[in-house]
Amino acid sequence: MSQTDSQAKTPATQPAAAPEGTGFGGMQARSAAAINAVSRISVRNLDFYYGDNRALKGINLDLPERQVTGMIGPSGCGKSTLLRVLNRMYSLYPGQRAEGEVLMDGQNIIAPNVDLNDLRSKVGMVFQKPTPFPMTIYDNIAFGVRLHEKLSKSQMDERVEWALSRAAIWDEVKDRLHTSAMGLSGGQQQRLCIARTIAVRPEVILFDEPTSALDPISTLKIEELIDELKRDFTICIVTHNMQQAARCADQVAFFYLGELIEVAPAAQMFTAPREQKTQEYITGRFG
Amino acid sequence: MSDMAIRVRSAPTLGARRTPGSLGDKLFAALCTVAGLFVLLTLGGIIVTLFLGGLPAFLHFGLDFLVSTRWDPVEGREEFGAFISVFGTVVTSILAIIFAVPVAFGIAYFLTELAPLWVRRPLGIAVELLAAVPSIIYGMWGLFVLVPFVQMHIQLRFGEALGEIPYVGFLFASNSFAGTSIFSASLVLAIMILPFIAATMRDVFEQVPAVYKESAYGLGATRWEVMTGVVIPYTRVSLVGGIMLGLGRALGETMAVTFVIGNANRMPSSIFDPSTTIASVIAMEFPESLAGSLQQSALFAIGFLLFVISFLVLATSRWLLRPRLK
Repeated sequence: MSQTDSQAKTPATQPAAAPEGTGFGGMQARSAAAINAVSRISVRNLDFYYGDNRALKGINLDLPERQVTGMIGPSGCGKSTLLRVLNRMYSLYPGQRAEGEVLMDGQNIIAPNVDLNDLRSKVGMVFQKPTPFPMTIYDNIAFGVRLHEKLSKSQMDERVEWALSRAAIWDEVKDRLHTSAMGLSGGQQQRLCIARTIAVRPEVILFDEPTSALDPISTLKIEELIDELKRDFTICIVTHNMQQAARCADQVAFFYLGELIEVAPAAQMFTAPREQKTQEYITGRFG
Repeated sequence: MSDMAIRVRSAPTLGARRTPGSLGDKLFAALCTVAGLFVLLTLGGIIVTLFLGGLPAFLHFGLDFLVSTRWDPVEGREEFGAFISVFGTVVTSILAIIFAVPVAFGIAYFLTELAPLWVRRPLGIAVELLAAVPSIIYGMWGLFVLVPFVQMHIQLRFGEALGEIPYVGFLFASNSFAGTSIFSASLVLAIMILPFIAATMRDVFEQVPAVYKESAYGLGATRWEVMTGVVIPYTRVSLVGGIMLGLGRALGETMAVTFVIGNANRMPSSIFDPSTTIASVIAMEFPESLAGSLQQSALFAIGFLLFVISFLVLATSRWLLRPRLK
């Protein structure tokens, strides 16, 4: 869909960003100066239930197009739950349900008649732990593509190379595409999983604590990659690492006990949060 | 607790040291060692007995014993060959696997992925109870219910419908209309091994971490694509191990097969022909064989062969199912 279309549908709701370059913990924020007014996914009055337990309470949030939204908050605050609503992963499990609206391309994606396979091809997800499938590197990438497209051998080769290059792992694996993906290091496996996700050509990529199982060097690579990927994809990242949120995100949302306490441009969030709770959390007083 | 260093108190008085009763300790260790050795002793004893019992037959017929299709216990012209019973054993077991595996897969998939939570436990227990039905009951059910059903409804139709197929048609066309056949035996065996395979498959499927399945679902895969693309490749080896476990049970099953296979030492050309298996030959003939006769030796010898086949199958399944470092 074109930008003008979505602009017309969802007016800007985010406040303007503070000037770029404001630091947090000595870290320079790489975030953009302004939050994109075009919203790719709009969450409206979302409630989520695990059985009788209400895990999300009246969430309203916009994911700005081609920018990174960081979601922070203490464990159990509902940020991962929200992520699992955005690609309907919760629908795999009986007893979990969402109420409200999550709008993407003008469609409510939590409605029962949504084609989940199609939705998930548009909203990809990268998990906390690398999850390479027990097959070759090439087949890991091709697996997702084959689900949705019929490509010739050369087109598939091209797609695999494109995805691996895009995930900044091509040079490391190009000579062993046909060996098992299980032989890669943790950081490489995670980049492979990112490549596998972007190979399907989604519009949105969800990252659920993508670096919490990785060493600092691999973490840095993934963060740089996320920064690079936002040119083409709308990104949402859940993280427990405040510096990571400051480094990666353009917009940060702070969750506490199932509620969205505050959403603001990253620079503003980490220097001058509006809410007392946010202040306490990002300065490490609880969490 | 911070002032612990200051207020040093003398430790409470020690009681007299108990010396562990060294006799009881040694006795217990010895009893357990004997119990452990008993297993090896029994196993070794069985192998040696079977081999020594079968040795006269092996010596008398040589390698011919393995390939000969003759089995003639009539005194004076005794001649024994193991081929038909070995063939019957292997074929019924493999057919049973072919019948049982798809159903077991369905059960396991239903139990792990599709069934509502409140169904899983009762159905899982029911599957395990199926394994607890004594084999003689399966034999009776097979003879009184299954065999007539095969005879009346399956055998003729299969023969008419499939007998004309070039090259493989003969497998379905039989001149024997008793209903007792390799097909019936395989069907009974399939039902008997079904719970073992289904339970193993369920356990194996449950071992797949949810996050792998979610990764595949996250790419937009359907349930079937997740199963064939991720779960089966991930559990491939364990699945084969579970199937081999079922195969091992099918090979040695005696009573139920003896009831429905027809016990004819004839080389079957069709799956609806009667035949025999090692276990049923032994069950039928052992009581009437004379001690020390060549017939009894031949029975020992095929028993030894059965032992070897089962051992190989079970060892393979053990090896495939060994816990692996992930």
